[in-house]
Amino acid sequence: MNISRFFLRIYEIWRFVVQFFKEVFLPPYEYKEIVNQFFQVGIRSLSIITLTGFITGVVFTKQSRSSLSEFGAASWLPSLMAIALIRALAPLVTALIIAGKVGSNIGAELGSMKVTEQIDAMEVSSTNPFKFLVASRILATTVIVPILALYMGFVGLMGAYLNVHHNEQTSFTSFFQSAFTKITFLDIWMLLLKSAVYGFTIGVAGCYNGYNASQGTVGVGRAANTAVVVSMFLIFIEEMIIVQLTNYFKHGG
Amino acid sequence: MEANAVISLRGLKKSFGSLQVLKGVDLDVYQGENLVILGRSGSGKSVLIKIVAGLLRPDEGSVIVLGQDTSRLDIRAWQALRTRIGFSFQNSALYDGMNVKDNLEFPLVRNKRHLSSRDIDDAIAKVLDDVGLSHTLYQMPAELSGGQKKRIGIARTLILQPEIMLYDEPTAGLDPVTSVEINDLINEVQQRYNTSSVIITHDLTCAKQTGNRLVMLSEGKFIRQGRFEEVFDTDDPRVKNFYNYNFITDHERTE
Repeated sequence: MNISRFFLRIYEIWRFVVQFFKEVFLPPYEYKEIVNQFFQVGIRSLSIITLTGFITGVVFTKQSRSSLSEFGAASWLPSLMAIALIRALAPLVTALIIAGKVGSNIGAELGSMKVTEQIDAMEVSSTNPFKFLVASRILATTVIVPILALYMGFVGLMGAYLNVHHNEQTSFTSFFQSAFTKITFLDIWMLLLKSAVYGFTIGVAGCYNGYNASQGTVGVGRAANTAVVVSMFLIFIEEMIIVQLTNYFKHGG
Repeated sequence: MEANAVISLRGLKKSFGSLQVLKGVDLDVYQGENLVILGRSGSGKSVLIKIVAGLLRPDEGSVIVLGQDTSRLDIRAWQALRTRIGFSFQNSALYDGMNVKDNLEFPLVRNKRHLSSRDIDDAIAKVLDDVGLSHTLYQMPAELSGGQKKRIGIARTLILQPEIMLYDEPTAGLDPVTSVEINDLINEVQQRYNTSSVIITHDLTCAKQTGNRLVMLSEGKFIRQGRFEEVFDTDDPRVKNFYNYNFITDHERTE
């Protein structure tokens, strides 16, 4: 890709994002489709988020115990796990899972609709395919990913608690009291905020690549693949930037 | 623009990269007629009707549809105009994730918001009855045959009661019997809904059965027009070849 095509693509994505904000706030609203997408992104992802969150909690606790025990600091496990899950793991792992599961689905679905002229069919029947297909999906990923991330944080802590309880016979109350001593409301807000950014990124990457798919079935595969690769890449970049900004505001640089 | 023309194209040009598909096309489609545009694959037929429907923009030339110059329309005006134009896609373009009822309901509820759910159900029942597929209401597109998909695709456009119908290869991929049924349906739609139609095809049987007037597109320009017999009463090899290849069987061709 030469430099002018690269900037042209950036400009197209910018216009796509601007159009999303126009369509999502201006009536008429596609309530039924928005609720459907909330269901598709949220409820359909619950089982995998539960499983991965629980395993993350158990494994991370197990791996951290030996290091902390060397310093006689095994009692720090609950707070370490809470910090790790709430500040980093829950939003990041949730976003990566949703990028793989939902992002690829959006890219493939819209790509397939594009190459089989279903999007053109919506346009010629005087409806707004962007509002129906794109705005609803980006809104759903932006709203649902933070909720899923919070849920994963909770499930991960439950996994951590089971492991700690099994090894140290810590009670449920004392585990969570200890876990939340180091967690502030700012951490919770940051989890929600950055998960919303990741969700928005997943939605835009999936919808943009699917909505602009071309060249038949090859284009559909490419749209799904690009949606996942681009969103995962951007999520890591965003994570790095957000952590830097958070530290800057927390500690003044 | 002719007095009773519903579509008027003047000097229409369209290129994709270095490939010039339309090289200055002039065309009038008159009220109540079925106009067939014939041509080989890649001759620009589909591009032409996609320009009329606003899916593509011409590089040059004017497009006047139902008295409106489409180059001057904003998004709202285009949306209003599109409710008066029906477009039947080559592959039907039914929404995979919706059943037949939802496919038909989709344009209706978004364009006629004042309708009650009973009005909507009545409108769906009527168009399904008109295309002879009342029993498919809750079937998914994947459960329909090619001919049924075409009919539902046509029903979805008819539900807004358009004044113009654009058919993109209506018989492509269908067996001869189903093709004739679709041709009959196109004629029924013209009479029952009083539409003016543009039918894009390379199927001469379809052209003969549905067309009141034919135009032949070759290398980006119209080379013949008139009734079926008039179009093919020529020694022009481009027209002769097209006619012969449509009616010579594959067996004869290989011999």
